[in-house]
Amino acid sequence: MDLQIALLLGQDGITNGAIYALLSLALVLVFTVTRVIFIPQGEFVAFGALTLASLQAGKLPGTLWLLIALAIAAAAVDIVCALRDGQAQRIPKVLAVNCALPAALAALLSIVPAASLPLALQVVLTLALVVPLGPLLYRLVFQPIAEASVLVLLIVSVSVHVTLSGLALYFFGAEGSRTPAFTDATFEIGDALIQGQTLLVVCASFTLIAALYFFFERTLWGKALRATAMNRTGARLMGISATSAGKLSFSLAALIGAFSGVLISPITTIYYDSGFLIGLKGFVGAIFGGMASYPLAAAGAILVGLLESYSSFWASAYKEVIVFTLIIPVLVWRSLTTRHTEEEE
Amino acid sequence: MSKQIQAKKLVLALCAALAAGAAAADINVGVTLSATGPAASLGIPEKNTIALLPTTIGRQKVNYIVLDDATDTTAAVKNMRKFVAENKVDVVIGSTTAPNSLAMIDIAAESETPMISMAGSAIVVEPLDAKRRWVFKSAQNDAHMATAIVEHMLDSKVQTVAFIGFADAYGEGWFKEFARIAEARKIRVVASERYQRNDTSVTGQVLKTIAARPDAVLIGAAGTPAALPQKTLKEKGYKGAIYQTHGVANNEFLRVGGKDVEGALLPVGPLVVAAQLPDSAPSKKVALDYIAKYEAANGKGSVSSFGGHAWDAGLLLGAAIPQALKKAQPGSREFRVALRDAIEGVKNLPAAHGVFNLSAQDHQGFDQRARVMARVEGGKWILVK
Repeated sequence: MDLQIALLLGQDGITNGAIYALLSLALVLVFTVTRVIFIPQGEFVAFGALTLASLQAGKLPGTLWLLIALAIAAAAVDIVCALRDGQAQRIPKVLAVNCALPAALAALLSIVPAASLPLALQVVLTLALVVPLGPLLYRLVFQPIAEASVLVLLIVSVSVHVTLSGLALYFFGAEGSRTPAFTDATFEIGDALIQGQTLLVVCASFTLIAALYFFFERTLWGKALRATAMNRTGARLMGISATSAGKLSFSLAALIGAFSGVLISPITTIYYDSGFLIGLKGFVGAIFGGMASYPLAAAGAILVGLLESYSSFWASAYKEVIVFTLIIPVLVWRSLTTRHTEEEE
Repeated sequence: MSKQIQAKKLVLALCAALAAGAAAADINVGVTLSATGPAASLGIPEKNTIALLPTTIGRQKVNYIVLDDATDTTAAVKNMRKFVAENKVDVVIGSTTAPNSLAMIDIAAESETPMISMAGSAIVVEPLDAKRRWVFKSAQNDAHMATAIVEHMLDSKVQTVAFIGFADAYGEGWFKEFARIAEARKIRVVASERYQRNDTSVTGQVLKTIAARPDAVLIGAAGTPAALPQKTLKEKGYKGAIYQTHGVANNEFLRVGGKDVEGALLPVGPLVVAAQLPDSAPSKKVALDYIAKYEAANGKGSVSSFGGHAWDAGLLLGAAIPQALKKAQPGSREFRVALRDAIEGVKNLPAAHGVFNLSAQDHQGFDQRARVMARVEGGKWILVK
């Protein structure tokens, strides 16, 4: 292995690691706020990438139907709740909140040919289609069992994962898709050739991480999320709704997932079930941070990316074994050094 | 008068009884295939093809009972048990992959039900022991395809070759088969790398491959995931020839690979380039007929190589069932035995992927007419003459 190969592998590892880092942040966020170990996190990557690909292929993405179905179901549940409380006057608002966006998107997609739009608008459209799935899933699946044990939440989250990946197969087919690169530029640094797209992934990931930091440190909503993560009951007493905190964290997780999908789909082929493995590697990163610390999770995810890249050079047949075996020393290390991570930040 | 009416009634009742008897003796074909899961891109066209198979063979009604095994061996075994115990099938078509088909062999032998697998790997029908007596296979063996690649490499003066393949049964099977034939013909395999179907990057494997400086690279992968190594090879500046396996012969591969897979060489069944075959090729007519039927039902350009294996399995049944019907009634053990013997006796049957010549020694039955070399040019499969 000479320096050039080492550099290329490092570049590859950091690119993948940046995506894993984003996902590990989303996993930590969802877990600390709602105690859900969010297995379907990776599905948002696949949905994001494949929705964009089908928009570009001039097809109507199945995501739209899923969004409409979930929105109608959520509206129905909300209406039943409103009627039970004897507050029928809430119904128009419930309908507007749940169904306005899906209806608008359906109308837009039936009028405008999405394939001819500029790339940036297609990306916005994709995010608009995928991101609302997050809060809708929370409303329908996790909100009714918000007080259940971590184990129950985990089992439910596995079932959501299986359902979503089955739907993805039905919507997008068994074969993968790729989207055209955002930029064709290449840069030469020393011996190494760096693709513009790769640079874009890394920059966008770190920008998003910085934005998340700003969100948590500087905005009221971010602080509310942090408060909920630290102490659910205490936050509730301070007037922070656990339900809106849950919805917000799921929205952010869906946004991060879909955005990651859009970012990597020009670099690699994404399949309906790609998300799971990508999410799992993010999860290994999150374990580094004990499912609680953002910087450690991000660092762990980058390490996973690098390890994956170098092990694919040295022993490609055992790559996954090496990456997932990493979790064992990390767990040992964590259980030896930390007493109890639940209430920590 | 009243007697006449009574006689008429009796005749009618007899007819009804006969008709009911005939209906009960329909031929039942159990079909298990991988329409979901990792092999879904193979299983879906197979499933679409089953819908096109004839519903009457030799004046006997044929029922197809189609189940999905989700590319899961356990589910394949479960389906097979259900066919045998509940549906009392006369023959089974399936499954799509080699692991699933292997798992079904025990039940086929135990219940004495013939089965026709659509998997590529030769281990499904070799070695031909007491159990595999009941097992047939409609798809080409990997060895058929590997020899075609090695011959093409020899013709183009390739001396060293690198292999990048799936880290699963498909990749391992191909590597073993290919390395054996290549070494025998004095082509050196200088690198052997593995990757996962779902991997987002194969940079490490590709860099190591390029560092070994091979004349050609063989990518042992199936479907759209096979595009990633070729894309990465081009991106990292590899200039040699790139070979693919017949597992990529569908239009989805061309769609995902785009201009990066131009020039890829691969062995394919005649079906893939049917229109370009000379009229003397025995498969041309059958293949074109199948393509016309499939595309009429599923849209233009929808046909893929894999559905052809299901069609060929149907052709085997179409040739064997009339023979078996002469000996026994469907639904009986005798019929299954007769059907097994009849399939084994199929000779010179042109199919979409080759010409079947089965025997007690060979339960696959194709020869070198079952593959041709093709090249990707301008987003199409072009026959290499």
